[in-house]
Amino acid sequence: MTAMQSTRRRFLSMGSAFTGAAAIAGTTGLIRPAVAQGLAPTPTMRGGRNNYLPGAPIVQRIGGGGFWMTGTVRRAGDGAPLSGIRIQIWAHTTEGRERDPQSQGATLTAADGSFRLEMPQIVPVFGQPHGHLAYDSGDFETVFLRPVMSSARDTTLSADFVLQPA
Amino acid sequence: MRRNLLWPLLAAAIAVPLAVAATSPLLEWRDPVYIAAGLAGVLALAILLIQPLLAAGYLPGLPRPRGRRLHRWIGAALILCVVVHVGGLWLTSPPDVIDALLFASPTPFSVWGVVAMWALFAAALMAALRRPLRMRPGIWRLGHTALVSLTVICTALHAMLIEGTMGTASKAALCALAIAATAKAVIDLRSYAVLKRRDR
Repeated sequence: MTAMQSTRRRFLSMGSAFTGAAAIAGTTGLIRPAVAQGLAPTPTMRGGRNNYLPGAPIVQRIGGGGFWMTGTVRRAGDGAPLSGIRIQIWAHTTEGRERDPQSQGATLTAADGSFRLEMPQIVPVFGQPHGHLAYDSGDFETVFLRPVMSSARDTTLSADFVLQPA
Repeated sequence: MRRNLLWPLLAAAIAVPLAVAATSPLLEWRDPVYIAAGLAGVLALAILLIQPLLAAGYLPGLPRPRGRRLHRWIGAALILCVVVHVGGLWLTSPPDVIDALLFASPTPFSVWGVVAMWALFAAALMAALRRPLRMRPGIWRLGHTALVSLTVICTALHAMLIEGTMGTASKAALCALAIAATAKAVIDLRSYAVLKRRDR
């Protein structure tokens, strides 16, 4: 599982490195496609949407808390932090299954594009300790993420969004 | 290895991983259907160790004709375990199981599980159709053996990649024993004989 995750991370960083290389090549060459400039949008992960209940309320905390989901939201291209973006979070925790309404909650990003929401401890289900996050508000392309914890004992998990204007 | 040690060893190889899984702290956060689905999977893995021992007549008191008869009944129980495993997971989280069955899951282990399931179903179907279709013994044995070998290997990969209720050590031991028992039975029974004859 750890190997899988690091591979994904390496893959993503490799992807951005390629984008960077493409940008340099684009500047030095004659062709300069607009998409090659800067930050590429985050693609939806496989299984990211599973057990999503749209429209969970914005909450101070999901359930009793004790675990932190954190992350950032930026705009594709220039990488500008996006504030006031609604991110919905859900997971199988010590207090409920993924598709239980009490397992789902949403939060808004701060001025620097960061978000953090306290929630109950995530426990391994379907073979991996993982969480789900969604951006699904319409101004940008919808993105569903499904990050995996490197250890089931972790008490934090983070996920970063780069959103493409819709 | 002395043969009369085989029964206690088999009992331990199955009872320990089952006991570890049945007392996992993760069960506290799961509902009964999910718990039953998980344990059905553990039981299915345990049956994969029993089946080659029965087919080859290794177990004291169960020589080949009697062992084979039991092999058929336990094979049917294995199918039932897999149906409960997949069905229970489906009830617990339908989208995750649909992803797995369509090979679109983010988890690498689910692919191995689904391949193992289809290989097992094919092996069982072959067993059911053997007499009605009057399969040639060499072809039947090669086909059934190839399918169950695929089932055992894919199941071991499936189980080892999962972070779940089973203990890592007892799970690894059970997987290794199932692979070893299957390999020994295939070699002893010369299940590949039909291939050798064709070579000459």
